[in-house]
Amino acid sequence: MRVMAQMAMVMNLDKCIGCHTCSVTCKQAWTNRSGTEYIWFNNVETRPGLGYPRTYEDQEKWQGGWELNKRGRMKLKAGGRFRKLMTIFSNPKLPSIGEYYEPWTYDYATLTDAPAQEHSPVARPKSLISGKNMKIEWSANWDDDLGGSTANTHRDPMLKKIADKVKFEFEQTFMFYLPRICEHCLNPSCAASCPSGAIYKREEDGIVLVDQDACRGWRMCVSGCPYKKIYFNHRTGKAEKCTFCFPRIEVGLPTVCSETCVGRLRYIGLMLYDADKVLAAASTTDEHGLYEAQRDVFLDPFDPEVIREAEKAGIARDWIDAAQRSPIYALINTFKVALPLHPEYRTMPMVWYIPPLSPVVEVVAETGEDAEDKGNLFAAIDALRIPIEYLAELFTAGDVVPVDAVLKKLAAMRSYMRDINMGREPDASIPAAVGMTEEEMYDMYRLLAIAKYEERYVIPPAHAEQAHSLEELATECAVSEYGGGQNDLFGEGSGAPTPIAVENFQMLQDRQTSDSLAGPDGKKGRVNLLNWDGKGSPSGIFPPKGDDS
Amino acid sequence: MSVFLFVVVPYVCLTVFVAGHLWRCRYDKFGWTTRSSQLYENRLLRIGSPLFHFGMLGVVGGHVIGLLVPQSWTDAVGITEHMYHVAAVGGGLAAGVMTVVGMVILIYRRRTTGPVFSATTVMDKVMYAFLAIVIVLGMWNTIAGSIMTIGGEYNYREGVSVWYRSFLAFQPDAALMANAPLGFQLHALVAFGLFALWPFTRLVHVFSAPVGYLTRPYIVYRSRDDQLGSHSPRRGWDRVG
Ligand code: SF4
Ligand code: SF4
Repeated sequence: MRVMAQMAMVMNLDKCIGCHTCSVTCKQAWTNRSGTEYIWFNNVETRPGLGYPRTYEDQEKWQGGWELNKRGRMKLKAGGRFRKLMTIFSNPKLPSIGEYYEPWTYDYATLTDAPAQEHSPVARPKSLISGKNMKIEWSANWDDDLGGSTANTHRDPMLKKIADKVKFEFEQTFMFYLPRICEHCLNPSCAASCPSGAIYKREEDGIVLVDQDACRGWRMCVSGCPYKKIYFNHRTGKAEKCTFCFPRIEVGLPTVCSETCVGRLRYIGLMLYDADKVLAAASTTDEHGLYEAQRDVFLDPFDPEVIREAEKAGIARDWIDAAQRSPIYALINTFKVALPLHPEYRTMPMVWYIPPLSPVVEVVAETGEDAEDKGNLFAAIDALRIPIEYLAELFTAGDVVPVDAVLKKLAAMRSYMRDINMGREPDASIPAAVGMTEEEMYDMYRLLAIAKYEERYVIPPAHAEQAHSLEELATECAVSEYGGGQNDLFGEGSGAPTPIAVENFQMLQDRQTSDSLAGPDGKKGRVNLLNWDGKGSPSGIFPPKGDDS
Repeated sequence: MSVFLFVVVPYVCLTVFVAGHLWRCRYDKFGWTTRSSQLYENRLLRIGSPLFHFGMLGVVGGHVIGLLVPQSWTDAVGITEHMYHVAAVGGGLAAGVMTVVGMVILIYRRRTTGPVFSATTVMDKVMYAFLAIVIVLGMWNTIAGSIMTIGGEYNYREGVSVWYRSFLAFQPDAALMANAPLGFQLHALVAFGLFALWPFTRLVHVFSAPVGYLTRPYIVYRSRDDQLGSHSPRRGWDRVG
């Protein structure tokens, strides 16, 4: 057993309102630079829909992820190492910018600069790639809320798989949102595809990162990732990807997308897993078995044997505690309501989803029946084969049994909790029907419905001081730098270190690099509005000009 | 004059080449990339780029053999002058044609595809000019010199190659080069110019050819940098232990 820890996420799709707040805040934090205009580390897709980039799930076309060769061994779907090197001069499976979308801005200047004229001037769209005027024809969420569905939806690769059984009828459609980030896979095919070895998985928390200094821009990772969550920065010529906001995670803060999620549907926590079992699990022959196989890779953080092995592997005690309190572990293994996205890609993804019950509830409600009655919901789950099969294509490689089970648990929770909320006697037969006890059902309800910030995000801070923290007491200078480990009793350096966040990053950096303790030397950087007469700008409010080189 | 052209200039260029790469590797790892433009345009690139690059690999291989292997060695293993000539000209021509065709496609693409052209830096243009001149001169030497023997026959293996080896051994013999035909002289000089530019252009990607990929494990694990926050400790303040 080789215990490793993995930072993981679960999203509860029932609660996603498709507001894109997560995408926008992520973009503001990470990809608001030139060269990354078209890059969305976090994007929210309407399903059914084509996704972003268009039809990325069609692996016959894009050849992302892994597959089993004839002898049942894992191989990259796009071909092995030699093949990769032979095609290095022109990557055969790279989506063009058109598959994402051509980013644009508007020439707003004409709105103010235009001479007086009969018609009001318009700001025309300008391509950020070629600088020319352009016609906007696609974007990252062009088919939002099934926009243009009749023209597009039938091209959804997941729908195609079930389309021969049921013709997709737009009027009877169902719809939900699927927010996506990088899956931080246990068996990342992006890393395996990188010729330079620049993509790595961090030993401590499993976050998958691109070393910007080692990346040489071969673009094989873009094709290798079946989720298309690696992007090529066309200005710097380097690959970039979701970082799981590691600077925030390291100090115990949730990712920006989670922090700002309006539906509060994201959960972050640790999973302990057995790294020795990953390859075998990913090589499971039957695609339907991959979901269970991945669950088998996870270790029970309460098992004394696992704890012992984890400690041997250098995982700190507070991390094991966090793994025990992990909402991810509860959702995946205790309640078994979270499912992986596209396990059939065999990358062992680590961002899981609770499939949405709402399409089913809506259908029942439309018929005028009681949409919180267990019997009605169960019957609807059994009857609504199209939505269920569609969900199964997304989350279990097409196996409807686990999806059925999850939806029934959610339905049971709905009707069980209604009795309680109405002040009626809770009906123990409802949890029993889905194989749960009343207590479990209530706990699941708590976690899904009313869990507080600290319960949704259980993130132990990183241990930079590990191992040599004790020596540090004796060897470090008493005036420790910020984050240097030991804190002073009094003054500037006292108290727990301020976590680094987007908001205070500059301030902390200034403090860390300035030579004085209590703030910048002299008046520079200090603002006193009391003696400002309202003319000009108060001294110190802007950094001095020409001083920054 | 010939000492200046065929001793001083080459050594200066070589120095710039080596020092430039060291500097770039030390201070600009982030800029060390192919700067691929495939995202913008794929149709022409798909044909042009493999043609050019594989042709170029052949050309480089041919130069290594032609310049570094002395004639006495091939004589010793019984390869006659004629056999060598046929093989060298045949192989060189094939690789050369591939390179030139690929290059023409790539330059055409770069000029005519809007986004690709606007992503082209001044340095790129200078580099392309040098590269194109070197390749054209090289082709000229092969076709005019070795096949059509315009201006008399010239065995570069007794002239240019010997000079090149003497140059690498730091005992340069400028006279050998001074007697070579103009085409060879220019080819060598412009090539050295290109070498001097090399470390400051995207050509550096040649030295990151990822052969290690063939043997390394698929998934790379790395430990988190041993630091909290965004700064590594200042010099002299490194932690103990
Ligand atoms: S989802 Fe993330 S970790 Fe997985 S293959 Fe894609 S980029 Fe790599
Ligand atoms: S912020 Fe939350 S609710 Fe809004 S789209 Fe993103 S995941 Fe959905």
